Amino acid sequence: MKQTENHSRFIEEMKERSGQDPACCLQCAKCSAACPVSAVMDLLPHQVIRYLQLGFTDEACKSKTPWVCASCFTCAARCPRDLDLARMMEGIRLVALRRREGNRLNPGELTPEQLKQLPQQALVSGFRKYTK
Amino acid sequence: MPRVGVFICWCGTNIAGTVDIETVVETARNFPGVVHTADYRYLCSEIGQDLIKEAIKNEKLEQVVVGTCSPRMHESTFRKAVAEAGLNPFLLEVANLREHCSWVHQDKTEATAKAIALLRAAAAKAVLNAPLIAPRLDVEKRALVIGGGIAGIQAALDIAEAGYPVDVVEREPSIGGRMAQLEKTFPTLDCAACILTPKMVEAAQHPQINLLTYSEVEEVKGFVGQFDVKIRQKARAIDATKCTGCGVCYEKCPTKTESEFEMGLAKRKAIYVPFPQAVPNVPVIDRDNCLYFRKGRCRICEKECPPQAVYFEQQDQILERRYGAIVVATGFDQLNPVEYGEYAYGQHPDVLTSLEFERFFNAAGPTGGKVVRLSDGKPPRNVVFIQCVGSRDKARGMNYCSKICCMFTAKQAILLKEKVPEARSYVFYIDVRTAGKGYEEFQRRAAEQYGVAYLRGQVGKVFPDGDRLTVKGVDSLSGKTIEIQADMVVLAAASVARGDAAQVGRVIGINSDQYHFFNEAHPKLKPVETHTAGIFIAGACQAPKDIPDSVAQASAAAVKAVGLLAKEKLQGEACTARVDQSGCSGCLYCEAVCPYGAISAVQIEEHFRGEKLTRIVAEVNAALCQGCGSCTVACRSGSINLQGYTNAQILAEVDAICL
Amino acid sequence: MRYRYFPGCTVKDQAKNMEETTLAAAAVLGIELEEIPEWQCCGAVFPLYEDEVITLLSPVRTLAKAAGDPVVSLCAACHHILKRAQEVMQRNAEARRKATDFLEVEYDGQGRVLHFLEVLRDDYGFARLGQTVKKPLAGRKVAAYYGCLLLRPSKVMQFDDPENPSIMEEFLKALGAEVVTTPYRTECCGAYLSVTQKQVAEDTVAKILNSAERAGAEVIITACPLCRYNLENCGRTAGKRMPVYYFSELLAEALAVAGTAAVEAGEVRPG
Repeated sequence: MKQTENHSRFIEEMKERSGQDPACCLQCAKCSAACPVSAVMDLLPHQVIRYLQLGFTDEACKSKTPWVCASCFTCAARCPRDLDLARMMEGIRLVALRRREGNRLNPGELTPEQLKQLPQQALVSGFRKYTK
Repeated sequence: MPRVGVFICWCGTNIAGTVDIETVVETARNFPGVVHTADYRYLCSEIGQDLIKEAIKNEKLEQVVVGTCSPRMHESTFRKAVAEAGLNPFLLEVANLREHCSWVHQDKTEATAKAIALLRAAAAKAVLNAPLIAPRLDVEKRALVIGGGIAGIQAALDIAEAGYPVDVVEREPSIGGRMAQLEKTFPTLDCAACILTPKMVEAAQHPQINLLTYSEVEEVKGFVGQFDVKIRQKARAIDATKCTGCGVCYEKCPTKTESEFEMGLAKRKAIYVPFPQAVPNVPVIDRDNCLYFRKGRCRICEKECPPQAVYFEQQDQILERRYGAIVVATGFDQLNPVEYGEYAYGQHPDVLTSLEFERFFNAAGPTGGKVVRLSDGKPPRNVVFIQCVGSRDKARGMNYCSKICCMFTAKQAILLKEKVPEARSYVFYIDVRTAGKGYEEFQRRAAEQYGVAYLRGQVGKVFPDGDRLTVKGVDSLSGKTIEIQADMVVLAAASVARGDAAQVGRVIGINSDQYHFFNEAHPKLKPVETHTAGIFIAGACQAPKDIPDSVAQASAAAVKAVGLLAKEKLQGEACTARVDQSGCSGCLYCEAVCPYGAISAVQIEEHFRGEKLTRIVAEVNAALCQGCGSCTVACRSGSINLQGYTNAQILAEVDAICL
Repeated sequence: MRYRYFPGCTVKDQAKNMEETTLAAAAVLGIELEEIPEWQCCGAVFPLYEDEVITLLSPVRTLAKAAGDPVVSLCAACHHILKRAQEVMQRNAEARRKATDFLEVEYDGQGRVLHFLEVLRDDYGFARLGQTVKKPLAGRKVAAYYGCLLLRPSKVMQFDDPENPSIMEEFLKALGAEVVTTPYRTECCGAYLSVTQKQVAEDTVAKILNSAERAGAEVIITACPLCRYNLENCGRTAGKRMPVYYFSELLAEALAVAGTAAVEAGEVRPG
């Protein structure tokens, strides 16, 4: 794997906007152990941070993981280094969304039944989170 | 105006790299009183010192200024050099051109200007320097060791062997400390009691050692060589001279309560010895739980005691004694992991701390030496060890590594395999740290010969589900999450300072770090000294430490204490406060602010217009004064001066910089 | 006891019975919930990147409208967003300036932001609630499911112990129910994954419901519409039939509140 060009700018931006510095992670992987949805991630949460530490920021952004993250904040609650992973995942999502690299939730894909039953709040927040 | 010499050190390139030495020397030549200047690459070298000595003789110098590193490093070097040339050693002034100047600046012009200002101030002060003589102080030839764990015992034995009497103060009813709670020790798997109890007995039998168990230090006053200490000997309610240690009293006692020694996993009686090999083997009545002390009835132990040693009316005794040196070895605690709710500690009986788990291996422990689940009494199949619970954790725990956990976990996993051969151990770790002789080999043995599964990763949560514990963890090396159906979970909770360490430090007069571990005077070069002369530290009260390190540090502290006790006299502080009694109004604010109790009121007689008057003024006991200078600030009439740092000298420095 | 009430979109529609039962119970208890006039969306997500001020505008508008009076909501998501937006307003001067300038309102983070359960615990008191109960839920084995949004991040939400909360259990005890504790009560239900990756949500929900079932629960309660949706829908596909209620439905039942569908039907209607 190659380091992304300008990866340090990506990290600086993340540090500034989320207050989270990947360098503070000591890779204990407690986040991955705590994550309720790790089963469908291509990279475990601690591996995403590892990619950031190593400058593989493009690879981190290509991962499914930030889009699987449900922002349940369990990782952040248990991180011994006081890192808020949910914020870091949001950072990666925003980079992709702001680059208009495609939306991750398509209204056309929702079934009529889902549209009828899903809480309104969840629908709105789903679109806010996964589309631009 | 006295004849002043100024000497500038390059300190290699440390100073000369940032400060223009030539300009500094040129400028210093014109300071008031300066008759000689010189510079040298390393002024602290013998050649450099000779340069100063010869100039003192040849140029008839009366005051010396050196521009060098911090006075903490080499002030004493140059004082000795000056004294060898025949001057009083206090006629030397240090300008710190390194730590205060060259190391903290980059711009050479600015650094040079600052170096000149610092030197000008030092020269202005130097012309007012007066010869001082340090008092010679007596040394009380007795040491106090606070804490009777392995570190305290070792320190006491070493001091006693050197021929000096030692008192050991231990808060618990028996000496032994944490090591007494351990079953085996790594990496040799020695039985802890087998190697500890001989030392305990040796300490108890040593003619120079006096054990004060069930006692606490209440007050420490005085200074190096002459510490005046108040020790409270708590009443055991037992006449120790009569007690034979037969144990009838605690057999008959009807009241049970949680045993501290067994980490609350077993019961003890209200009259008890904490563990079978206790030294001294004299019981204690726990007054909070004893029926007689609580409700005024029972007294069964008194009735049953064959030698009639139970003595309810016994009172606490206060022992006041003087010591020349003190060794502090008050030990450590294990963090209560209850705040880590995800590990279910305190919610499920089969989730334990390592210290609790250790007791399961002991024949006298809560399970009689059987490793079984507290929930159902069955031996465990799967045991999960979780490392770094509260260590390396700046969110909820301690930012530091507790150092001993990797090893004691490997030990417990090995012991488990020996006790329960069908059991399987899983260790979740962040890093395995095995720096120590034989340690790495020991840990590898656990993994290779005992089949302990090491998983690099942490546990997210322990779910008490049904009668087992579902442990959800991750192995970061394979990148896989893993669920283990565990029967027991053992938490390697952080080693932390004693809960009352900060308070104890205040009483003794030593400071501690942000985690309340006691501070050594220098992290490398003064590892057993504290910032208070004559008080030394040993063992885990300074930082988490294993037994070999604690013992080594205890012996080091003992040597330091013995070195002090062996001195005929100690050189006291020369820079002490002095009262100009003619200006003193006797308000005694100085007495109130003095932290050393060195100032007192005296009555003096004066003749005024033919009349004899008496009035109260302050007086400083130079032997007690430590030269902190608080009194000089408090004095409203400016009548107290700190010798070597008089008001006139400080003002001269300020003027030299500002005017 | 008077509060400014922020309903949010969900309790007006999909989670209508949460609002109905809460308002009816509050009336009995003498807790006045005065609906904030012309309220708008809570913001739907809390912006985790602090340069996203636009997403903050909606909750800040609501908080500013309350002007320091205590704001109460029922939906766990709404409460989460309001509470966290308030914390940003207290902590981040730059975000505060941008948001209040844009909205042309004054707000500097003042006032209490509460979930209705906190009102019951901290202001009304569970002991008093226990005395007010008319029809105790005796013999009903109920498990509480907390989910994420009320508890985490605990430093901001300050709702309860994030790993071992007790507020819902205390609430259930006050109602006279038999409390069943499941170790998965604070694990995430799968949130949006029920839409995008249903299998994952089904797995997480199955764990929650299985452990509740093993512990003997007959009913499970929640305060979050999305949790309820997942527990019911993913639970159904996973073959689980445990009824899922909003906390307020049991509250109304225990207070024997007239006029709610639940009480009139003689049982609390699931869904």
